Amino acid sequence: MQSDGVLRAAVASKSSIERCRQYRRRILNVSQRVTALHIAPAFSCTEIVDVVFNELMRHDDPADIFLMSKGHGCMILYVILAERGILTDGDLDSYCTPNGRLGAHPDFGVPGIAASTGSLGHGLSIAVGQAYAEKLKGSRSRVFCVISDGELQEGSTWEAIMMASNLGLSNLIMIVDNNDFSGLERVSIGHPTVYPIAEKLSSFGWSVADCDGHDAAELRTALQSSASGRPHAVVARTVKGKGVSYMENENLWHYRSPNEVEYAKAMSELSEPER
Amino acid sequence: MRNRFAETFYELAKDDSRQCMIVADISPAGSMSRFRDEYPARFINTGVAEQVMIGMSAGMAQRGLRPFAYTIATFALYRPFEMIRDDLCYQNLPVTVVGIGGGLSYSTLGATHHAQEDVALAMCVPNLRVLAPCDPLEVEAMTRWCASQEEGPVYLRLGKAGEPLLTADLVEPWLFGKVRKLREGKTHCIFTYGVITKMALSVAEELEAQGISTSVIAVPTLKPLDTESLTVALQAHSSVSVIEECAPHALGLEIEALSQRVGYRGAVSAFSLKDEFIHCYGSHQDVLSAHGLEELSIATQIRAVIR
Repeated sequence: MQSDGVLRAAVASKSSIERCRQYRRRILNVSQRVTALHIAPAFSCTEIVDVVFNELMRHDDPADIFLMSKGHGCMILYVILAERGILTDGDLDSYCTPNGRLGAHPDFGVPGIAASTGSLGHGLSIAVGQAYAEKLKGSRSRVFCVISDGELQEGSTWEAIMMASNLGLSNLIMIVDNNDFSGLERVSIGHPTVYPIAEKLSSFGWSVADCDGHDAAELRTALQSSASGRPHAVVARTVKGKGVSYMENENLWHYRSPNEVEYAKAMSELSEPER
Repeated sequence: MRNRFAETFYELAKDDSRQCMIVADISPAGSMSRFRDEYPARFINTGVAEQVMIGMSAGMAQRGLRPFAYTIATFALYRPFEMIRDDLCYQNLPVTVVGIGGGLSYSTLGATHHAQEDVALAMCVPNLRVLAPCDPLEVEAMTRWCASQEEGPVYLRLGKAGEPLLTADLVEPWLFGKVRKLREGKTHCIFTYGVITKMALSVAEELEAQGISTSVIAVPTLKPLDTESLTVALQAHSSVSVIEECAPHALGLEIEALSQRVGYRGAVSAFSLKDEFIHCYGSHQDVLSAHGLEELSIATQIRAVIR
């Protein structure tokens, strides 16, 4: 594994835009080895996980915790963990194979994985427990937890939202990957009363910011705008399948892997520099 | 049982800052209240919210703490069942889920408060060890074990209050994974666990009075089962029975399966709760009776099978 300082320098020398283009390409490469992986849900939170992992998290003394509550978006976490040497390229290449250790949902015990998630509505409660434990121990560790907007339909998520503010967990930062899709349909159509999200969280005692979830600068500002003594939420407006034109807002790509032609088109779109 | 659990936890937790109590809106009686007053940061009430009680406990255990998640058995196990399965058992974390009022202890509150399938349900889940003490002394020993073990999750099924001491005369201490002989007999053997052990001992006395020498073996660890000792007990008696305050999918089923596996030729009778919701309100015994669990009736049925 590269030392944290060397790695941070290497990663920081690239822009978030460059890093995220590479991450998406790496995910697409994995997609050619397996028939199914959750590409679109990973693409919607690519910039979120990138900015948190590469720019905001402390990785030592004391290390912050990153918990992917929307476990189906774990491909972006895997590629970043591989880049950091916490996982290996071999791990990515053996994704979802009997000899590998990475599945379509993250598994606690695998390096870099803070919790086994996949069933929705679990991660935030676990993050609340982790954040509380760190406070109790007097540690400065923070917990970053990415949830999906679909998870806001789970009652357990609201139990955790209330508990986090009851406990004054100022070391907990939740990012809502607000891509407006759950498995079946648009959240705004099927479950419109989830909105407005920011006002709800605010009324539950959280400090809240919202931003464009694909804009690193906006994410940075929103993530660092927390108020003292309260848990902090960032409602990140995102696009499911972001970065590949034919995947954007097309729920087909929640789970499908592209065929050869589709793969080539996606890779070509992701090789063009952003204008 | 409730008080002995609280006293034991207090004694352990005052000297071990990893021990935490996460409750879901249950009144902290006795020593639990003292723990809350003296160590408020390690006593968390999630309110009427059992899913976050279990999820939080998982997160705390991952970060080095040793939580007990504590509430009425139905709400401790059934409501957050998927959190117990995924967050505690799949991740194999050292958290003790304490179910108060296991079985039909809340006898006037109706089936919403009857944990009549808890042991059977808990036994199905990988990594989850299942403990059911028969008296306050076993509660104390198990609580100490739960607080010190690091291997993974435990479901600790307690009764409520007022249970008599049944194991005070035993020389051997309670040990995880081991059965305990409460009464020595020659002909018949009753396997039991939990609060209903008192009834099992009365059944044994009744059988003894009718000339049937009867052993009673407590099985306080339902998972993993002490199959070695159970096999020895099967082979030492010409018939056996199981008396349990649980749906008919727990110890009775296990003993029947074990007796088949080892080629046991004696009669095996299982007395459990019915596979029904009973709309009966009264004393604990009233509700057990409605499920067909009464000492004279059980003794009569055992005698009928033997003869």
